[in-house]
Amino acid sequence: MGKKISLILDGFVRNNPTFVLVLGMCPTLATTTSAVNGLAMGLATLFVLVFSNMAISAIAPMVPDKVHIPVYIVVIATFVTVLQLLMQAFVPSVYATLGLFIPLIVVNCIVLGRAEAFANKNGVVASALDGIGVGLGFTVSLTVIGIVREILGSGSVFGWKFIAGDGILAFVMAPGAFLVLGYLMALFNKYLKK
Amino acid sequence: MDKFLVSPPPHAHSPRTTASLMRDVIIALLPATIVAVVFYGWSLVLVLAVSVASCVLLEWAICKWLMKRPFECPEAAVVTGLLLALSLPYTTPWWVVLIGAAFAIGVVKMTFGGLGQNVFNPASAARVFLLVSFPSYLTHWEMPQRLFGADAVTGPTVLSLANEGGTQALANLSQMGWHPLFAYVGGSAGEISVLALLVGFAYLLLRRVVKIWIPLSIFVTVAAVSAVFHAIDPVTYTGPIFNLLSGGLVLGACFMATDYVTSPMTSKGGVIFGFGIGLLVMMIRYFGAYPEGVSFAILLMNMAVPLIDRWCHQPKFGREE
Repeated sequence: MGKKISLILDGFVRNNPTFVLVLGMCPTLATTTSAVNGLAMGLATLFVLVFSNMAISAIAPMVPDKVHIPVYIVVIATFVTVLQLLMQAFVPSVYATLGLFIPLIVVNCIVLGRAEAFANKNGVVASALDGIGVGLGFTVSLTVIGIVREILGSGSVFGWKFIAGDGILAFVMAPGAFLVLGYLMALFNKYLKK
Repeated sequence: MDKFLVSPPPHAHSPRTTASLMRDVIIALLPATIVAVVFYGWSLVLVLAVSVASCVLLEWAICKWLMKRPFECPEAAVVTGLLLALSLPYTTPWWVVLIGAAFAIGVVKMTFGGLGQNVFNPASAARVFLLVSFPSYLTHWEMPQRLFGADAVTGPTVLSLANEGGTQALANLSQMGWHPLFAYVGGSAGEISVLALLVGFAYLLLRRVVKIWIPLSIFVTVAAVSAVFHAIDPVTYTGPIFNLLSGGLVLGACFMATDYVTSPMTSKGGVIFGFGIGLLVMMIRYFGAYPEGVSFAILLMNMAVPLIDRWCHQPKFGREE
């Protein structure tokens, strides 16, 4: 039991995809303009990560080594398509905001990275837990970046405005994404990474 | 710090310290500051006070609580504060100035390691940050409400006119109160008098605080580029005199581009650095979306400084390259 919990916790701290592995930077920088967007992007990636990890760990022994990357991509693309259709059907407004970044999960380094580094060597349950851990780590990181950028850039938290007018616009734009990511990474390394 | 330093000879002593150099820069900025205060009045005094005070206090606080080391050279923070205030319109609200100062010191200077370690010029980086973050305040130019007489009137800057309508829009400049060497209608506080800036810069040159190469190379490049474009199409492109004397060019070239930390170490490097800035300024003014690009150009060339320094590296004496 302890091992299972530590598998999940690893994704938050030791293998935190954003602040330690520095993977999936494209969605991290592009979709964290607000807390809600960051959270939605994180949850979408979590969904794909858990299912692709499980599927890949199940089929890994049967996949010939030479074609394993194309096979993994096809598996991942399947779940991304499922996710895309689900989001279009049930949360069309979120889908419209995240736009291109949902199909781009197919080539997200985190998903392929966990398939390569973990899922093809471990069992289905362990891979699912790893997917949950890393996915939640990604979700929390993106939400935190989104919260900071939303507070500074728009003067609101999860859409609730606490100041009238605009915030510091640079934080809603790309430079703000880099700045916030850099400072949070520094804080993370100082206080959490052991 | 140790009381006794042991180091190999030769030992050269110089009365110059970073603090004394920065004091000279402050003195050199005084003429422009005084002219601007006379022209813009108390609202500029507020901008100056907030900017300088918050730069100094913030650096002191970061040194004391975050970096746990002595606060060296408050003069450098004063220079940053002065330059930032002079590169803003005098109507900027105090809290915007405060955010700018926090960005200049907190992000651009101290995050990179403090005095002497920053990659970008803090004042121009903060100006760009504010321009991107608060475009409405940073491009809102009011005609100076002088200490005596005249109500405030909002108007475009000469550069924004030129950006929209080419030279034809500038036909009645003199009627608008524009005079190349002294005050003109709108713009950042420090741009008010080219003459006062040049007087201050002459003082720096006489005191041998800075070398002339960087500003000279910027001015020559700007003049050459605008002369060529003006000769090709005088209607669309403004001429060299106008480009040299308008906007933040003199302030940026003489005081921001010559910042020791963020400019190349050799004179040859300085010429290349200045050429890059001059070229970028003219490209932004002629073809960019913004009417003025001095601070953007300085920041872009700041990034190239390590490369320029490597290229212009002087071999140690007695060694072959």
